[in-house]
Amino acid sequence: MSEYVLEMRDVCKSFPGVKALDHVQLKLRPGKVHALMGENGAGKSTLMKCMFGIYKMDQGQVFIDGQPVQIKDPMDALNKGIAMVHQELQPIPARTVGENIFLGRYPMKKALGCIPIVDHKKMYADTAELLKKVRMNFDPKQKVGDLSVSQMQSVEIAKAVSANCRVLILDEPTSSLTANEVEALFRIVEDLKAEGVAIVYISHKMDEILRIGDEVTIMRDGQYIGTWPASEMTTDDIITKMVGRELTNLYPPRNNVPGEVVFQVEDFTSINPKSFRHVNFELRKGEILGVGGLVGAQRTELMEGLFGIRSHSAGKITYKGRELKINRPKDAIDQGIAMLTEDRRGSGIMGVLSVADNISVSSLDKYLDMGISINSKKVEQLVQDNVRKMNIKTPSSKTQIKSLSGGNQQKVLVGRWLANDPDVLILDEPTRGIDVGAKYEIYCIIEELAREGKSIIMISSEMSELIGMSDRIMVMCDGRVTGFVKGSEATQESIMALATQFE
Amino acid sequence: MSNTKPDFGKKFMALVKGNPIAVLLVLAAVIVGFRVPNFASWANFGNLMSNTAVRFLIALGVSGCLITKGTDLSAGRQVGFAACLAGILCQRGDYTGRLWKNVPEMNIFFVFIIVVLVGLVFGLVNGLIVTKLHVPPFIATLGTQTIIYGIALVISDAQPIGGFQKIYTKLITGRIGNTRGFHLPYLLFVALLFGLLFWFIYNKTRHGKYMYAIGGNEVAAEVSGVNTTATLIRIYTTAGVMYAIAGYLLAAKSGGASASMGTGYELEAIAGCTIGGVSTTGGIGTVPGILVGVLVFELLKIILQFLNVNPYYNYVVQGLVIVIAVALDIRKYIAKK
Repeated sequence: MSEYVLEMRDVCKSFPGVKALDHVQLKLRPGKVHALMGENGAGKSTLMKCMFGIYKMDQGQVFIDGQPVQIKDPMDALNKGIAMVHQELQPIPARTVGENIFLGRYPMKKALGCIPIVDHKKMYADTAELLKKVRMNFDPKQKVGDLSVSQMQSVEIAKAVSANCRVLILDEPTSSLTANEVEALFRIVEDLKAEGVAIVYISHKMDEILRIGDEVTIMRDGQYIGTWPASEMTTDDIITKMVGRELTNLYPPRNNVPGEVVFQVEDFTSINPKSFRHVNFELRKGEILGVGGLVGAQRTELMEGLFGIRSHSAGKITYKGRELKINRPKDAIDQGIAMLTEDRRGSGIMGVLSVADNISVSSLDKYLDMGISINSKKVEQLVQDNVRKMNIKTPSSKTQIKSLSGGNQQKVLVGRWLANDPDVLILDEPTRGIDVGAKYEIYCIIEELAREGKSIIMISSEMSELIGMSDRIMVMCDGRVTGFVKGSEATQESIMALATQFE
Repeated sequence: MSNTKPDFGKKFMALVKGNPIAVLLVLAAVIVGFRVPNFASWANFGNLMSNTAVRFLIALGVSGCLITKGTDLSAGRQVGFAACLAGILCQRGDYTGRLWKNVPEMNIFFVFIIVVLVGLVFGLVNGLIVTKLHVPPFIATLGTQTIIYGIALVISDAQPIGGFQKIYTKLITGRIGNTRGFHLPYLLFVALLFGLLFWFIYNKTRHGKYMYAIGGNEVAAEVSGVNTTATLIRIYTTAGVMYAIAGYLLAAKSGGASASMGTGYELEAIAGCTIGGVSTTGGIGTVPGILVGVLVFELLKIILQFLNVNPYYNYVVQGLVIVIAVALDIRKYIAKK
């Protein structure tokens, strides 16, 4: 018997123009949490996709219990005891929890002794059992689309558990969870460890890694840097090895000075009674206003309401003394408001279009010759300015944006908004799923914008980010604004107290 | 300029790899040209160009719908309707079989404007149904297709329409050069003109960029300030105008019209676009590609005709080509994983 349940040796994988994995290795021990770390684009997800059979590796071997194996596709991976909870969950929202968990391997029975049909009774009984195992108590017949993100994730984990997996890959499992939900997830992880499951844990959150990780493997630019016991590592060690240079500050020094009130929201209420209601707040010139709260606090909904993506039934928005009527994003954009949405793939990038098209789409009016023909030289200039200013890594301005890493896509989207020269910038989870280096770059951009006199609203689920970046923090709970905290006085506890003020 | 040649070679190879069907059909045309008499003749060439020209206009119309992940099944019926309307209004004043006897003989340019305006209204209606009533384009245009066919039957009294003014047919079937020798039909220039216009719209205007943006990700486009409703309405309206122009030209080219004219043209147009690289998943498609796609499809039809294939088999072959073209298109995306 090998001491490793799964071993990947000498894995290489190239995409056109990029060497995504360059002789990488990974060794997983049973009953241990193996943290896999690296900046975005370091090759973590690619490595996992090779392990899970989504990608074919160009070179390298996989061993399970010391025996060489070939993993042909995800089904094959599942049969060999490898399960994966994806970074972006892919459930079928219109079907039930049970159907999602047993998708593709429904328990069958014979009707009339010969016709195979799905055994729904057994399926839902098994689902209930599994949900209990992951400490979740919701109805197996509930539609997955009605669940919260964390519940969906539990469903995904239950699915993995149901496959009797020996290796479980968790790709950024906590990126959209609240503190309580993270605790619940960790309890599940502990349970699985006790059963001897090897867990690959991908995350950018250092405190989590140091808390539940047993071993840490670090990758950089598709290369294997090394593996260490987690207990011997500090946050600084990990970051230094990840970025290959010393990173002194997590947040940039702040020199922005909030000025007069420019943006005012009064009694803003959604058409949906369960969503945001009676919201009042004001925003100053050059201010960074953080927005905190638990998942489900309706922060995104509120901001999307202000930006015209969602409808409101009552309320008044005043901007520089004028009342605004916003019914669609165009109305807000015309007034100098911009919003970077939370769901990068769903409402941000246009995947098959080029970087140039993506960056210029909301500011095309600026590059017109004679009011009609777009001057491609001006667009190219815009792309090059942004590439330089924000350090966007792209082979060319004609590259399809979907082939860039998440951090670089995000920078392109920031560039899209800055091209409009907005005065109010709403950022919804601007650093979600972005590596440490790119995060710092984005913080610097935010600080610089505020210093230039732009007003920033930043929704974030990361406490330290909220506290580290905000002048003031507005906290929401269940659709209401429950209070404001000064950034300099805020603590995790004070924010949490406001975020849990349920009626 | 020493490096232009290898560049051209590379580009040529990429073109061959990217359009295997087109390359195969051009090869087939060359072979048929050597083996079947009259195939490689100026008459046939002119015929191919005229046919392609009209189909190209229809394909340009439907391309906007396809690029924004929609479709327009009413294209063929709109062409047929426009042909009927143009035909009726362009009948000679002294023609005994005139349908609308109390309407005086009209100037054919005035008729052109009327036909285009009606096409514009049909397109606008499609656009409104798709954007304001949120009916999926497939269903919306399936409905209007039937409605428009009905109206065409009503106005034409389900009769074939003939007796056009000479100037109408002469102008449109006219050509530079001699029929027996080298000649270029006027329709070719019309098609090229619209090709350039659409190339400009698709590549150089906000409308074009917005169209690709909607095809790439409609939600993201809306969030970025693109007026998706207006853009889509413009696309469907433009499509209606293009079908109307095609119908006006087609009636004159054929020297007659009937309500059944244009049947199935929507499928040919969609097939042409798809063969020419307009992606069924949205956001991708170029005007030169569409031209190649339509040309190749017309070439296929002429080859089958010259090989004396039973016309009923034509449908079988054309259908196969459509399926294979889309399958190859989809493969490009699968292969990237």
